[in-house]
Amino acid sequence: MDFAAFGSALVTGAGLGCMYGLVALGYYVTYATSRTVNFAQGVPLMLGAVLVFAFGNHLHWPAWAAMLVAVAICAAFGMLVERTAVRPFVKRGSESWLMATIAVGLIIENLVLFTFGRDPRGLRSPLTDIGFDLGGLRITALQVLIPLAGLAITAVLSWVVRSSRLGRELRAVAQNPATAQLMAIDPSRIISLSYAVSGAFAGVAGILIAPLYTVSAGMGTMFGIKAFAAAILGGIGGAWSVMLGGIALGLAEALIVAWVGSTYAQLIAFVLVIVVLAVRPIGLFGRAVALKV
Amino acid sequence: MSHASYAIRIRTLGVAIAACLLTPLAMAQDIKVGLVAALTGQSAQSGEAITRGLTIAIDQINARGGLLGRKVVLVRRDDESSPPKGVAAARELISSEKVSAVFGGIDTPVSLAIVPIANQSKMPFISVWAAGTGITVNGANPNYVFRVSAQDDLVDVALIRYASTRFGARKPGLVLVNNAWGESNDKGLRAAAAAAKVELAGVEKIEMNDVDVTPQLARLRSAGADTLILVANAAPGAQMMKSRERMGWKVPVVSHWGISGGRFDELVGATAGDAHFVQTYSFFATPNETGKMVMAELMSRYGVKGPADVMAPVGTANAYDAMRLLGLAIERARSTDGDMIRKAMEDLDQYAGLIKTYKRPFSPTDHEGLAPEDYVMVQYDGPRIVPVK
Repeated sequence: MDFAAFGSALVTGAGLGCMYGLVALGYYVTYATSRTVNFAQGVPLMLGAVLVFAFGNHLHWPAWAAMLVAVAICAAFGMLVERTAVRPFVKRGSESWLMATIAVGLIIENLVLFTFGRDPRGLRSPLTDIGFDLGGLRITALQVLIPLAGLAITAVLSWVVRSSRLGRELRAVAQNPATAQLMAIDPSRIISLSYAVSGAFAGVAGILIAPLYTVSAGMGTMFGIKAFAAAILGGIGGAWSVMLGGIALGLAEALIVAWVGSTYAQLIAFVLVIVVLAVRPIGLFGRAVALKV
Repeated sequence: MSHASYAIRIRTLGVAIAACLLTPLAMAQDIKVGLVAALTGQSAQSGEAITRGLTIAIDQINARGGLLGRKVVLVRRDDESSPPKGVAAARELISSEKVSAVFGGIDTPVSLAIVPIANQSKMPFISVWAAGTGITVNGANPNYVFRVSAQDDLVDVALIRYASTRFGARKPGLVLVNNAWGESNDKGLRAAAAAAKVELAGVEKIEMNDVDVTPQLARLRSAGADTLILVANAAPGAQMMKSRERMGWKVPVVSHWGISGGRFDELVGATAGDAHFVQTYSFFATPNETGKMVMAELMSRYGVKGPADVMAPVGTANAYDAMRLLGLAIERARSTDGDMIRKAMEDLDQYAGLIKTYKRPFSPTDHEGLAPEDYVMVQYDGPRIVPVK
């Protein structure tokens, strides 16, 4: 493998990995506050891309307005999932939220199928036309922006969780909702907020990836699954471990393709994930928590 | 209620019952032909194009009194590009709808899955897009599967030859979709390259949902590929073209025709025209009498403004000719029995069609209606598919 092929795989893997990581951060924030996740996390990713396409191409909105409204709708979708598919079941002590989140995702995906159509569409971005050459390797502005955005969002989230008042409330709810309530913290509000943030993260990922990929109702499914694998691989206990898990998965996929070819890339990548989890069940970057008895 | 009004009601009721009883009878007398194709999804345009070709041909046949004095009706089923759904649809068309023949769509994996059912049911199955060699060359005897379309092995020879003559390719790299269609072309392209004494730089597979195929392309570039030969449908093909563009690699691309079954031009953008690909017909060519008539029908029925507006043109052209050939076979067989139609198809004489004048298009050993000399090379010019300049 020459430098161009290796460098190309690194750029591709880092970009893809940060997308997995960004979607996986959504799993992390809801898991941290409520020990639940939105298994339809691929849907807000798809919604972000589809809405920006629709607002830009059909309503001719400026790009910034299309992106802002799309992310806001994705956040609202996250809150809707929590309200309709998670909270009622958690209240009853049931684990059925797992199936319910998948069901809500399928409903929304089908609604998009009927309205947007099944035909994949192309979303152009000026950021794919700007770029620079590095050692025979062409890198576009979007390929630089994606990892930067992923890392910046992770850094902000990590800071918020560790150092802000909101973060303290979030951690209080995660540790003991009942006690948090005694401290005038509303766990329902915090959990709802975490689902909104989760949806927004996926929406941002969808908007960023759309110009490199195609926009379609089914585009989020694969990302949702791989992001969950990334969250588990990295260790779902922290923002950075989740993001690093995503980057590790993305790099593994791209490097395997560059090294041995594409035929068995998915197979090898997921075998590696299983092997890593067998050796290190808390994930590559997770920290074991000692239980006091 | 008066006796008169009571009698009117009874008569009205009688007429209604008779209509209800006679309608299925009339339907039962129709000759149904089935279509199992992608009517939704990535390749939805291909299904619509095939539908247009079949509909125009069927309406012309019906305007001349139908077949065997019976009206021909098209029954469509969406396979969503999924072999299990295609198999279920084909079974339903054969057993419930009692169709006399089935047409297949763009997806080779779907058509390959339907082939055994067609042969077991003695049901003529005509591929009007899917090019997988194994669809017609399936080992069955008698074989009920025909094709009015390109065949992979023959296309592969044409692609290697075109890459060599047009671009001077000495070491082409193959980019193949990772499914049965890609497998079919993998063998065919290797054989064609060996026969032409052309060394291959490598063979890379791409998935239907690959976001970035830069690593695959980088491997081919490192191996010295001077041309890319692409076998993929519109969406994965577009991902390959976008990755090539991002790499700034201006390598020539010669493609099988799967990329014409979707919004390839929109998905790729400015470099869509860099891909030269094979078709069986171009509406830009000087049309024969059938071509003029089909174009007029497309314009009047579907709002097509000219050759540039014809979407997925091979779907329409192949389907039109295939339906007309089936019609001739049913007339020749004087029956809608599957075995009789098969024998009549193998014994057809001459037909002045849209793509060409067919002379004995099929025989018991050759079920390919088209040959490599019928292929034309085209490229995208914006949304239009035009002959290569």
